[in-house]
Amino acid sequence: MSAPECVVRNGTWQEKTCDVFIAQGKIVDILPADPTRTYEGQECIQAQGNLLLPGLLDAHTHLREPGQEYKEDIASGLAAAARGGFSHIMCMANTNPVNDCAAVTEFQLQKAAWAKPHGPFLHPVGALSKDLAGRELAPFYELAEAGCVALSNDGLPVVDNHLFRRAMEYSTGPQLLIIDHCEDPALAADGVVNEGIISDALGLPGQPSIAESLQVARDILLASYLRIPVHLAHISTRESVERIAEAKKNGVQITAETCPHYLLWDEEMVHGYNTLAKVNPPLRTKDDVLALRQAVGQGVIDILVTDHAPHADFEKDAPFAQAPNGISGLDTALSLTWSLIQKEILSLNDLYKLWAFAPGALFNLPVNTFAPGDPADICIFDPQANWIVSDHSMASKGKNTPCMGQSLPGRVMGLIIQGHLVHSQD
Amino acid sequence: MHWAHFHLLTISDLSTEDIRTVFTVAERFAEMAQRPVKKAPTLRGKSVILFFAEPSTRTKTSFDMAAKRLSADTFSLAQSGSSLQKGENLKDTALTLQAMHPDALVIRHTSSGAAQYLAQNLSCNVINAGDGWHAHPTQALLDGFTLHQVWSSFSGKTLLILGDVAHSRVARSDVALFHKLGVNLRVCAPKTLLPRGIDNWPVQVYTDPASACADVDAIQCLRLQLERQSSGLLPSLREYAQVYGLRPSLLQAARPEVKVLHPGPMNRGVEIASGLADAGNSLILSQVSAGVAVRMALLYLFLTPTSKE
Repeated sequence: MSAPECVVRNGTWQEKTCDVFIAQGKIVDILPADPTRTYEGQECIQAQGNLLLPGLLDAHTHLREPGQEYKEDIASGLAAAARGGFSHIMCMANTNPVNDCAAVTEFQLQKAAWAKPHGPFLHPVGALSKDLAGRELAPFYELAEAGCVALSNDGLPVVDNHLFRRAMEYSTGPQLLIIDHCEDPALAADGVVNEGIISDALGLPGQPSIAESLQVARDILLASYLRIPVHLAHISTRESVERIAEAKKNGVQITAETCPHYLLWDEEMVHGYNTLAKVNPPLRTKDDVLALRQAVGQGVIDILVTDHAPHADFEKDAPFAQAPNGISGLDTALSLTWSLIQKEILSLNDLYKLWAFAPGALFNLPVNTFAPGDPADICIFDPQANWIVSDHSMASKGKNTPCMGQSLPGRVMGLIIQGHLVHSQD
Repeated sequence: MHWAHFHLLTISDLSTEDIRTVFTVAERFAEMAQRPVKKAPTLRGKSVILFFAEPSTRTKTSFDMAAKRLSADTFSLAQSGSSLQKGENLKDTALTLQAMHPDALVIRHTSSGAAQYLAQNLSCNVINAGDGWHAHPTQALLDGFTLHQVWSSFSGKTLLILGDVAHSRVARSDVALFHKLGVNLRVCAPKTLLPRGIDNWPVQVYTDPASACADVDAIQCLRLQLERQSSGLLPSLREYAQVYGLRPSLLQAARPEVKVLHPGPMNRGVEIASGLADAGNSLILSQVSAGVAVRMALLYLFLTPTSKE
């Protein structure tokens, strides 16, 4: 056994206090902690009894660079990822210019390597259609070769069923999974909140749940007919969950994600025209929240993502209909997930699976399962600590979260990626 | 020499023995092309109509030359400049031609099934020179004959058909012919250019050209119709050329003596790197020569009474 280059001491993994030995960026061994053991000439990182989690993987973020760096840039987005416990994040293609060619993908990867040479690592998602216009396929092989790990028209759903079919077929060549933002734009129209009680009460145009569920049904039918997998982005409705559960039972290659905000909050959150709770798809009814919680627990929904959508303060400081959609999520996701564990809606094992193991398998990215040879990506997490969400405590440029000013449970004390301590909370 | 057929509509009409017969007769006629006088009186007094309702250069010229070398008279009819352009339907055009008592009619048409339709309505021999995406049996026979001339045997050989199989009558006829001859078949294209039911064809299906090319003995490179991009099947011709275009790096995985074929007309730099079309292992011009010999053989077999015994 080669000599460990670094040791994470006194961390809690599977309810035992352990020392984790790391060499060449990989896990070498995990031994029960022994206070008499001495480490000479080895770098020690003190976990102080805190939980050891695998470095998390967020498969759905918007980092705004190139084009809208005033909202977020790759450096600040990756800083927020580190702050939130993520070793890998994927970023959507709706930048300006759109990430529909190798030049943009390579630019993003270069920026990430400059900002965070030791991680968190960035994995761009390529556009499904040129300029996200939904008319012509983007060059999938070129995007794959440049480093894209998936394809999506996120934000601008593909209406043209023929084009979407062809995209699914063509994606099998470079073997990139398609992530579909399910929304029928004609039905969603200019809806800014969930259609129903809340749109009636606030006098705002509503977005019906079927705007999502109809496209979920379309994607399931296509995936079944073509026998090609599709991944469904940020699922928010009970009808969608029911379609997905049924499809999975029938062996259709469908996977799905949702976000902590859809598991925690319902449409009531927007009362008082709270633009910080304005998000797309909109926060739904209590019944939808219950269905989603159940779906996540039962594996109908496979992974959690942040849909990190940072915006500048002045943009959210507007009448509700004019404010942009989105919640800044990287800084708070793990704490929000911890609050779901505290409420016994999720378990610690669910957390590993939903935020690391399952997305790693889905997008073919390396995650730590704490087995020898795994990447030494470790999030040191103090479940007892609380922190106040503030402009100062968030690393993202986007401070747009409904949690602003609140105290959240659990804190990332350190993040190790491939043996490098890339973030520590002092 | 036994030839029991009245029409040639698809390869599936032919037995393996029939295909061997065509090759045997074509070998004799291929020799004729080397002579100073390239004409035989065999089909003197026979008339052949070349009805090409779709643009074609090589197939039409090939049939024309084949017929004339055997001393048959040929009459050409194209879509433009014919009464079809004036709105006459196919049946009336066919019956009009029929009334002139040709001995054979060679038909090229954009509609799949057009050759069969004429065969049902005419009393002369009908030879399908390509109908829609359906069949191009004389192309398959000339491809087979081209490889027959360079290979001692078809068995154990592997042929890759690379490109737009979904919209290709050449691919359909080649698969039918080479399958009958015992050749191992592969097809490779992006999934958008593969037919829906490809898993039911007697072929191995690839979307990765590098693995598709491994250890093959011959590659038939299909023409990419440039409109496939605008119909949403491809992102760009550039990406097609970079990934699916036949190029030297792909050929390295094939057998050293690999043969390169293309039914033409080629888009140099798209489905085939220009240098490969002209390289020593390219049989593309041999295919053209083989085309004349094969079509002479077919006209001979259809129009000579002794061959029908």
